Amino acid sequence: MNRRSLLALSASAIAAPAILRPAFAQQATITGAGASFPRPVYDRWAAAAREGANIALNYQSIGSGGGINQITARTVDFGATDAPLTTAQLTERNLFQFPTVMGSVVLTVNLPGVQNHQLRLTPEIITEIFFGRLNRWNDPRIVELNRDIRIPNIPVSVGYRADASGTTWAWTNYLARISEEWRTGPGSGTSVRWPAGNGARGNEGVSNLVRNTPGAIGYVENAYAVVNRLITTQIRNKAGNFVRPVNESFVAAAGTADWTVENMAPDTIDLAGANVWPITVGTYILLPTNPVADRVEGSRNSMRFFDWAFRNGSQAASALEYIPLSSQTHDLIRTRWGQAIKDPQGRAIWTGSNA
Amino acid sequence: MSVTTIQAPPVGARRKPGELGDKIFQAMCMGAGGFVLILLGAIIVTLFLGGLPAFERFGAEFIWGTVWDPVEGQEEFGAGVSILGTLTSSVLAIIFAVPVAFGIAFFLTELSPQWLKRPLGTAIELLAAVPSIIYGMWGLFIVVPFVQMNIQFAFGDQLAAIPLIGFLFESTNFAGTSLFSASIVLAIMILPFIAATMRDVFDQVPPVYKESAYGLGATRWEVMTGVVIPYTRISVVGGIMLGLGRALGETMAVTFVIGNANRIATSLFDSTTTIASVIAMEFPESLSGSLQQSALFAIGFLLFVISFFVLALSRYLLRPRLK
Repeated sequence: MNRRSLLALSASAIAAPAILRPAFAQQATITGAGASFPRPVYDRWAAAAREGANIALNYQSIGSGGGINQITARTVDFGATDAPLTTAQLTERNLFQFPTVMGSVVLTVNLPGVQNHQLRLTPEIITEIFFGRLNRWNDPRIVELNRDIRIPNIPVSVGYRADASGTTWAWTNYLARISEEWRTGPGSGTSVRWPAGNGARGNEGVSNLVRNTPGAIGYVENAYAVVNRLITTQIRNKAGNFVRPVNESFVAAAGTADWTVENMAPDTIDLAGANVWPITVGTYILLPTNPVADRVEGSRNSMRFFDWAFRNGSQAASALEYIPLSSQTHDLIRTRWGQAIKDPQGRAIWTGSNA
Repeated sequence: MSVTTIQAPPVGARRKPGELGDKIFQAMCMGAGGFVLILLGAIIVTLFLGGLPAFERFGAEFIWGTVWDPVEGQEEFGAGVSILGTLTSSVLAIIFAVPVAFGIAFFLTELSPQWLKRPLGTAIELLAAVPSIIYGMWGLFIVVPFVQMNIQFAFGDQLAAIPLIGFLFESTNFAGTSLFSASIVLAIMILPFIAATMRDVFDQVPPVYKESAYGLGATRWEVMTGVVIPYTRISVVGGIMLGLGRALGETMAVTFVIGNANRIATSLFDSTTTIASVIAMEFPESLSGSLQQSALFAIGFLLFVISFFVLALSRYLLRPRLK
C-alpha cells in the first residue's frame, strides 16, 4: 500500500461520519445566555430536549445583565434574566419577556441548638437585623417569638451576596416591601449598599460564611439550601402566619401571582395568602419581537424548546427544587408568543405546538 | 550497477546577505514591539473612555467618594473605599511578607547547606506558580476560620483593650472575612516574589566585599547588615515594590476573604473591599452603557494608574546598577 492510498483511506475514515451524518442532521441548535440561577433546570431540559424535541440548546450562564446585553445586541437566540425588565425597557429593546419557572429565597442561620424550620422571624426583626441594629440573638423581640426554643446569647452577623445576583434582587425587593426605610435607603437591585454585614461570593460563599460563624444569618436560594441541608427559618407572611419554606408555600405563591400583566412579570413578593412564602420570584426569558430574517428560525426553535419544556419538564424542575408554573400560565405564554413575535414580513412565528 | 560520478557543487556568485529578508524580519520585529505599545495604549484609552461618563458625572470626587450605590434610580459611585482597601490590604501584606522573605533570602544565601539551596529555591518558585484561586479557596476554608476562632475570638477582647492601638482590633464583624485575613493571604501570595528577588540581589554582592568583612572579624549578621543590605538596599526595595504591584491587582483570592463591604475598615477585623473585587463582583451583572458599568471602568482605570506607578517605581529602583 503506497502513501497516497493510505492518505485516501484515512481521509475517508475521517469523512465517513460527516457523510453518514445527514440522516440525523435535522437537529436544530439554539443559543441562549444569561441568568445563572435557572442554569441547572435549563441544562436538564436541554439534555432531555435533545432527544425529545430534537433541539440542542447551548446555554451560557453569564449573569442576567450579560443576558440582557447579549439579546439586546441580538448575538444569541434568547436571553435569560432573574430581574424582569419593565414594559418600557422591553419596548425600547424590542423584546418579549416570559417566565419559565419560579424559585424562592430563604434565610439560613447558624444558631447552636436551633433546628431546621424552628426559628420564627417577623418582617420587623428581619429589617432590624439587616440594618445592623439588632446585635444579639437573645434580644427580647426574638426570644418572645421563640419561647419554645433556647436561643443562645451570641452576636448577630449578617451575610449577603457580594456578587450582583438575582437572589439579591429578590431579597432586597422583599426588604424594600416590608420596610419603608429600606425602600428609601438601600433600595432594591441586583447589588445594593448594605448597611451592615459581610459579603460573600455566590450561594456557596454565603452558606459557607453562615456555617463558619456562630450567630450568622444570610439569604440563599432555596434549591441551594435544600441540597446542602442548611438550617432555614420560618418567616411571618403578609397574612400574619408563620410559614415554613416548603414546597406547598412556594406553590401557593406561584398560584397567587397574576401572570396576565403586560410584561408577564407580576409582583410575586410578599403576596397576600394564608400560607404563601413571601420571597418567591420568577426567572424570565427574553426573545426579540422583531428577529431579523436569519434569526427567525432560532426564535421559532427557542419557542419550540420552551413549549416542549413546559409540556414535559415540570417534573424535572420540581426535582431540582424549582417551582413549575401552572398549565394555564403555560397556555397564556403560548398565546402571547403568537401575538408578540413577528418575522420581518409581519407574520407570527409561533403557530402552535405542532407546527 | 552504473557508475556514478560525484560532482562538486557549482560555484556561483555568493548570495548577498539577504536584503529583502532582513528588511521583512526587521519590520516584523518592529511590528511586534510596536504592537505591545499600541495594545497598552489601547487598553488605557478603552478604560478611560469607558469610565468617562462616571468621571464626568462625579468629577474628581469620584476618587475619594465613599458611597457605592448601584441601585437603579439612586446611583452614586465613589472609589474611595475600594482604593483605600486596595492600598491598606497591599501595604499590610508587604508588612507581613517582607520579614519572612528576608529570612528566606538570608537563609538561602548565607546559612543554607549547599544541598538544600536548590530544592528550597525551587520550592519557592513553585509557590509563585500556584493559581490565585487556589489561594482564595485555601484562604476561605483555612485562614478565615483560623483568624476567626484562634485570633479574633481568642484574643480579640484583650487586643482591643490595649491603650492607643486597641481600636485596630475592635470589631463587631465576627465572620472572619476581613482586612486581616485578606492581608495574610496576600502576604503568602507575594512572599515568593519578594524572596526570589531578594535572594537574587543578595547573590549579586561581589564575594570579595563579604570576604573582606569576614577577614576583619565580622559576624554573619554584621556582614548582612553592614555589607549586603547597604549594597543591595535599592534593589531590595524594588523587589518589594514588585510584590506590592502584584498585591494591588490580586482579585479572586482577595474577593474570597475580604468580606466585600463598601465600608472603610477602622479595624483589622473589619470587612472592606478592593478595586479588583468590586469589578469582579459587579461587572457580569452590569448593563452595558449603564452608569454602573462606567464607574467600574473608571475604577479599573484608577487601578491601572496606581499599578503603573508602583511598577514604574520598582523598575526604576531595580535598574542595572553598573553603567
